[in-house]
Amino acid sequence: MSEVTMSDPEVLRAPHVLEFPYSRSVGRDLGAFFTGLVEGRVLGASTRGSPDRVVVPAREYDPITGEDTDGLVEVGPGGVVTAWGWTDHPLEGQPLQRPFAWALVVLDGASNAILHVVDSGSHDAMSTGMRVVARFRDPAARVGSITDIECFVPEGSAPQADRAAGVEPVTVLSTPIRLDYTFSAGIAQSSFLRGLSEGRFLGQRCPRCGQVYVPPRGSCPTDGVPTTDVVELPDTGTVTTYCVVNVPFQGQAIELPYVCAQVLLDGANISFMHLIQGIPADQVRMGLRVRAVWVDRDDLVPSMESVRYFEPTGEPDAPYESYEEYL
Amino acid sequence: MSERCAVIGVGQTFHAAARTDVSIAGMVREAARRALDDASLDWPDIDAVVIGKAPDMFEGVVMPELYLASALGAVGKPMLRVHTAGSVGGSTALVAAHLVTSGRHSRVLTVAFEKQSDSDAMWALSVPQPFSPPLLAGAGGYFAPIIRAYIRRSGAPDHIGIEVAVKDRLHGLRNEYAHLHMEDINFDMVRDSIMLWDPIRYLETCPSSDGACAMVLGDEHAAESSQVPPAWVHGMAMRSEPTMFAGRDQVNPQAGRDCAADVYRQAGISDPRREIDMAEVYVPFSWYEPMWLENLGFAAEGEGWKLTDSGATSMDGGDIPWNCSGGVLCTNPIGASGMLRFAEAALQVRGRAGEHQVDGVRRALGHAYGGGSQFFAMWVLGSEKP
Repeated sequence: MSEVTMSDPEVLRAPHVLEFPYSRSVGRDLGAFFTGLVEGRVLGASTRGSPDRVVVPAREYDPITGEDTDGLVEVGPGGVVTAWGWTDHPLEGQPLQRPFAWALVVLDGASNAILHVVDSGSHDAMSTGMRVVARFRDPAARVGSITDIECFVPEGSAPQADRAAGVEPVTVLSTPIRLDYTFSAGIAQSSFLRGLSEGRFLGQRCPRCGQVYVPPRGSCPTDGVPTTDVVELPDTGTVTTYCVVNVPFQGQAIELPYVCAQVLLDGANISFMHLIQGIPADQVRMGLRVRAVWVDRDDLVPSMESVRYFEPTGEPDAPYESYEEYL
Repeated sequence: MSERCAVIGVGQTFHAAARTDVSIAGMVREAARRALDDASLDWPDIDAVVIGKAPDMFEGVVMPELYLASALGAVGKPMLRVHTAGSVGGSTALVAAHLVTSGRHSRVLTVAFEKQSDSDAMWALSVPQPFSPPLLAGAGGYFAPIIRAYIRRSGAPDHIGIEVAVKDRLHGLRNEYAHLHMEDINFDMVRDSIMLWDPIRYLETCPSSDGACAMVLGDEHAAESSQVPPAWVHGMAMRSEPTMFAGRDQVNPQAGRDCAADVYRQAGISDPRREIDMAEVYVPFSWYEPMWLENLGFAAEGEGWKLTDSGATSMDGGDIPWNCSGGVLCTNPIGASGMLRFAEAALQVRGRAGEHQVDGVRRALGHAYGGGSQFFAMWVLGSEKP
C-alpha cells in the first residue's frame, strides 16, 4: 500500500470558502452591555449569594451557580492587569497594528477579568498588577462592540470617555464569519474528475459485492474494502427520480424552474444528482432515458461541471422494475 | 441489568421565526428553567448536563457547549454535547437517559436548541462544493426526489401530503408554544401554495424556527419522589446507516426499521398501532407521515397513505394520533426538533399536554431522524413503571 501525503500530485484540490453574515441577537443583559459600550461605560451584572459578585460582561446568569443575575452595575473604567502576553508583530485584523499586550483586566468593581489589549508602548511598561484604564473610541465611532473600547492604557494616560446619551439599544450584533479551506478531492474522486476532463465517466467496482460506484469513493460503503477496479461507463443512463426546483437559493446559477434528477448511468449501481434539460420540466418523468451533454472539448475540466446537463436520448422509458431498487 | 429511567421535567421555549429578544444562552435557559420548575428542582439538584444541536454553522458559534456550560449550571459537573444532524434532539435525550440507566447519575438535565435566525440555516445545509455544479437547493431539494419515489412506489394520490399539512397545523393551533399558528389553514390553501420542490409545496414544508427544549431525566428514586407522574422509559434505541450505498432503500431505510424493532422489543410491543396510544414523529415534509407510518410498522409497506387518508392519525377522531403538538411542520428549530418530539411523548404520558392532550395515553412513541435519513433515534414512554 502506497503512502499518501498531503502533497500527492494525483489529488486535486480547490479553494473552498464558507462565509455567512451572522446576525446574533444578544438578549437582555448582553444587550445592555453593548448598549453601555456605545454610551461609553462598562456594565456588569450582580449575582446573589455569598459573597455577591459582579460578572462582566453583564449576562442573565451567574456563571458559577447558574442562578439568574440581579441587575446591572457599572464597573471600571479603571482596572488591574492580572495576566498579560506581549505581541511584537501584530497580525492583520488584530485590535492594534503596533506592538501591544493581550491582557486580562479586572475592572474596578468587577469580580472577573475580561480579555482586552493594553497599548503600553513597550514590553517594559507592562507588569502584572499595573493599573490601566479603558480608552473608548469617539462616540460617533462606537457601534455596540467590544472594540468600542479601543484598548486599555496605563492609568493617567487616557482622557475620560465622552458619554453618549439617548443611544438606540443594541439588540443584534453583526458577526460575519469567513473560513478559508483547501478542499481535497481525495484519490478516488480525483481520478473520476480527471476522467471528466477527458469526457469520460470512470467508476470503481467493489471486488467483494461487485457493485459499481460512480462517482467512486475509494471504498465500498457496504463492505468497507478498497474499490480498486476502474470501470468506464457510458454517458447514457436513466432518471430514477427527480424534483422540479422552483425556489431561488444562494449560489444558484440555473434559471428556475429546473429539474434536478437522480441519474443512474448504464452499468452503475448508484445514481448521482444532475440537471435535466432539453425537455420541458413538466414532461420529465421517472424512467426517462438520458445522455450527458458535455461542454466543448476545449472547455473540459476536472469537474462535474464538464457535464452541462443530461438530455433525453429519445429511447422508450426504462421499465420501473429496471431501476426500482435504486430508489 | 440497567436502572430504570423516567422523564420528570419538561420545558420548552416559545418558538418563533426569530427570537431576537434572547441570546443563545438566554434561550436555552428559558427551556431549562421550565424543565427544572416542572420537576420542582433547581440547578444544584442536577448531576450532569447533556446538550445537543445541529451543525455549528447555523449560528456560527463553534462548540457552543463550551460557552453554554455556565449558562446551564454545569460548573463542576459532567457536560456532553451530542450531534447527529436533525435527529440530534432525540439522540441527546437518549445519551442523557443512558447516564441514568447506567446507574451513574440520578438526575440529568438534557437540552437541545437551534437559533436559526442567526443565519440563513436553510442554505447552510447546501453549501456549494468544489468540483460540482450548485444544484442542491436546500433540504427540500434532497428529499423531494425520495418523496416522488414513495408516491410512485405506493401509488398514493396527491392529496395525502396536503392532508397531513392541514392536520398538523390544526394540531398546532392547540399548542401555545408552537411557532406556526395558522388559524385559517385549509386544504385549498395548502394545495394552492407554491410548488417549491415539486412534489413538495410551500405549505407542505416545515418552517425555520428559533427555540429550545429541555427535559430532566431521573432514576427510579427521583421519579418516585416526583410530584407529577413520571413518564417511564420503556424502550430506547438509535441506528445509523451510510447516506449512500448501492441498493439503499432511501424511502424506507433499514436503519429506521431496525431502530423501531429494537425499541418495540424492549417495550414488549408487537403491534404498534394498537399498543401505542399516540406518536410524535419527525415529519419535516408532510409526505414523511405516510412514509414513516410504514417505516415504523404502523402500516404495511405501501399502505401508510391509506392510514393518513382515513383520518387515523388525527386528534379529531383518529385511533392513532400523530404529532399532536403540531409537529415539525409547525415548529422546527432543527437541533431541538427531535427533542420536542421526545418531550411531547413525555407530556402526553404524564397528562400534561394541555389542549393537545390525548385522553388516557398509557404509551407514546417519540421519534427523530436526521441527515439523509441516516440517523434514527426513538423512545417509547409509559405511564407505568416497566
